[in-house]
Amino acid sequence: MFKAKIYIALKEGVLDPEGQAVRAGLHSLGYTGVADVRMCKAVEVTVEASSTEGAEVMVREMCERLLANPVMEEYSFVLEALA
Amino acid sequence: MRFGIVVFPGSNCDVDCYHAAKDVLGQPTEYVWHQESDLSRFDCIVLPGGFSYGDYLRTGALARFSPVMTAVAHEAKRGKLVLGICNGFQILLEAGLLPGAMQKNDHLQFRCEVRQVRLENKDTPFTNLGLAGQVLSLPIAHAEGNFFIDDAGLEGLLTNDQVVFRYVDRDGQPTAAGNPNGSRENIAGIINRAGNVLGLMPHPERRAEEIQGGTDGLLIWSSLLAYWGERHA
Repeated sequence: MFKAKIYIALKEGVLDPEGQAVRAGLHSLGYTGVADVRMCKAVEVTVEASSTEGAEVMVREMCERLLANPVMEEYSFVLEALA
Repeated sequence: MRFGIVVFPGSNCDVDCYHAAKDVLGQPTEYVWHQESDLSRFDCIVLPGGFSYGDYLRTGALARFSPVMTAVAHEAKRGKLVLGICNGFQILLEAGLLPGAMQKNDHLQFRCEVRQVRLENKDTPFTNLGLAGQVLSLPIAHAEGNFFIDDAGLEGLLTNDQVVFRYVDRDGQPTAAGNPNGSRENIAGIINRAGNVLGLMPHPERRAEEIQGGTDGLLIWSSLLAYWGERHA
């Protein structure tokens, strides 16, 4: 069993209105040094696979096909072997 | 002309679309549950607005895996007319039947209001009764109508005349003031290259009769019927 911690972010250059609103909030709290905020999604998927490579292939496919929208998002993930 | 109105869990404009096709246009119309896999009996398939699957993950992302979407893709490929309204448009994008993606509105608010929308392409089965540059008053109701497409994709849309509707201001110009959501190039609706799949954020089914406050949306429904009628006279 593996746990994949998947991280999905908007591609560079895609406007992130939510991130901008949060940045404005941080500014109004006094954190005027905040230059940028990007909102991202985290997804944890537990999969059964016989090897790390197998799990990696599976998770990559899941990201491409559903979890991320390749038109505007990119993803990365780390795999953790579960005892 | 037979209309099929697809119903996903969370659709909420299905009844209005049914009414527009069945009662206003007077055409045989059926609801189609999202588990159905054969849509061959219909001449036009409508994906209505709503919040399919709670809009979980991304708008339209999960509806795309309903069995009915395999049938919609199949019929679209065969050239059948497919109309996606609001959430239906979002589903068509996620399914890859139209190019681009939908983002949260740039101001993050849900906008429910009547907007001016300019007809950019009247040579489609959905708009053939319109005039070039005609401005329609249509309601919008969405939080994620901020159409995104990369530069190459945008160029493709423009080159092939696939932008069918743009949001415009009171002077009929596609300015920032006329843009309710931050949509790229004020795009409100696009068509596929083959010209049989249209997606738009505004709601033509909510402006199909005088009692609804206007009939500008009827243009789309009537155009569909006129297009089909010409071919089946």
